[in-house]
Amino acid sequence: MKVLVPIKRVIDYNVKVRVKADNTNVDLANVKMAINPFCEIAIEEAVRLKEAGVATEIIAVSIGDKSCQEQLRTALALGADRAIQIETEQVLDSLNIAKLLKKVVDEEQPKLIILGKQAIDTDNNQTGQMLAALTNMPQGTYASKVTIDGDKVQVTREVDGGLQTVSLSLPAIVTTDLRLNEPRYASLPNIMKAKRKPLEVKAAADFGIDLTPRTTLIKVTPPATRQAGVIVENVEQLIEKLKNEAKVIS
Amino acid sequence: MSILVYVEHDKGQLKAETLKTVAAAQAMGGSIDLLIAGENCQELAEQAAKINGINKVLVADNAVYAHQLAENVSLLVSKLAENYSHIVATALTTGKNFMPRVAALLDVAQISEIIGVESADTFVRPIYAGNAIATVQSLDSKKVITVRATAFDAVACDGNAEIITLDDVTDAGTSSFVSDELTKSERPDLGAARVVISGGRGMQNGENFKLLEGIADKLGAAIGASRAAVDAGFVPNDMQVGQTGKIVAPDLYIAVGISGAIQHLAGMKDSKIIVAINKDAEAPIFQVADYGLVADLFDALPELENKL
Repeated sequence: MKVLVPIKRVIDYNVKVRVKADNTNVDLANVKMAINPFCEIAIEEAVRLKEAGVATEIIAVSIGDKSCQEQLRTALALGADRAIQIETEQVLDSLNIAKLLKKVVDEEQPKLIILGKQAIDTDNNQTGQMLAALTNMPQGTYASKVTIDGDKVQVTREVDGGLQTVSLSLPAIVTTDLRLNEPRYASLPNIMKAKRKPLEVKAAADFGIDLTPRTTLIKVTPPATRQAGVIVENVEQLIEKLKNEAKVIS
Repeated sequence: MSILVYVEHDKGQLKAETLKTVAAAQAMGGSIDLLIAGENCQELAEQAAKINGINKVLVADNAVYAHQLAENVSLLVSKLAENYSHIVATALTTGKNFMPRVAALLDVAQISEIIGVESADTFVRPIYAGNAIATVQSLDSKKVITVRATAFDAVACDGNAEIITLDDVTDAGTSSFVSDELTKSERPDLGAARVVISGGRGMQNGENFKLLEGIADKLGAAIGASRAAVDAGFVPNDMQVGQTGKIVAPDLYIAVGISGAIQHLAGMKDSKIIVAINKDAEAPIFQVADYGLVADLFDALPELENKL
């Protein structure tokens, strides 16, 4: 079974992002970048399926400029067999990302596609579902457990009230939630080996898709800041303040 | 302009967030219809018909919609979409699941988790875990939008809209429901609670979350957790408050043993009053708290429960 794992290069989750002074966007100059954490969980899940003898080949794909090859190399070091970079300088909406990924799906014919549920930069939570619609595949979003069972996959999903398990016909799309697994670290020998694994570069412009943006980013501003309040002496004073000053308890 | 709002419901009850999503739709301007997809939802339809400021309630009542599977609901909604300029849903797990599928079927972008409406095509939404606020204009003819309910005030419920039953049934046939494992709790929903008390890594284990229960009962509060507490396996993920969990904005939020990582702050910093209890006086949570108590939570919690 072939597994496709689309991944995104994003700001490292430990870095505090700053808005540019001209309010055009956030400032990503000289900021540490990494694989989106949910995409890392997606790679790990694919690698575990391969170790279990279920998956036969793992293909990592990323869309962006040359710098995202760094994240693809990391995916290869973590256990992906080969990588595809779809090269573009343009910042793309999720829908256009999904359209490019559909072309890869058409060509590679994977049985399972695993993506992160959302990227921690735009917080959109869209690409997996959009790709599912375009490829007419069923989707198991926010997965905390994935079990392949013949020509079906059972996905346990994190939903508002608890967990929901669905059964999907393969080929299918899974998006990962944080409890699905704990990603491994790449070992030094695997990092060295990854340098020799195949990484194919394709130009987004050659895919024959209209990549005109569907949205305009008008401005980006810092959020309203909260003022730090007071430190209370003890529990009694806390209760007194909540009752008489904030009036949120009675 | 006409707007279709998808009704979030659970166990036959209208979710309170829907009333806030309708408020967001009103800010876009235009006539509003509601859509309910589910099974045995006549009573629910009657509840929804009372929501103020709506035109009619469309009801798709069929077994194929029983678990609101994205494959089936997205086909239903995208078919209805031809009559509407805006398709709007609440950014809860159901809406987040099927709406991007609707957008792709309609060949339009989705604007996710809006917290403000500037005009019929321009919306405000948080990015980077709320560390930046983006104003985004949609260039598509149809707008597909999910709403962060905590950013809007609920509309009232004393209307009487017409209920229309849809008999169109769309079954994609590619997915099926297997089982539910829902957390049983007598406490209010995290998203709807007036008071939320959350525990973090400082709770040390799942057993110690019991210390929060007595206080939650006295305050009528929901219990939440930070991602660190979920990652450590103390409590289930549906209690997670933060960027990748639930977004809450109660009147009172009490953070216990939570350091205040940006991912957690993203989920609660719009609360009216924030209380932090932490033994580390340098913890970043104190920078957003209205009232901070520097204390060992194992001393402070029993005392708080006693004195409330």
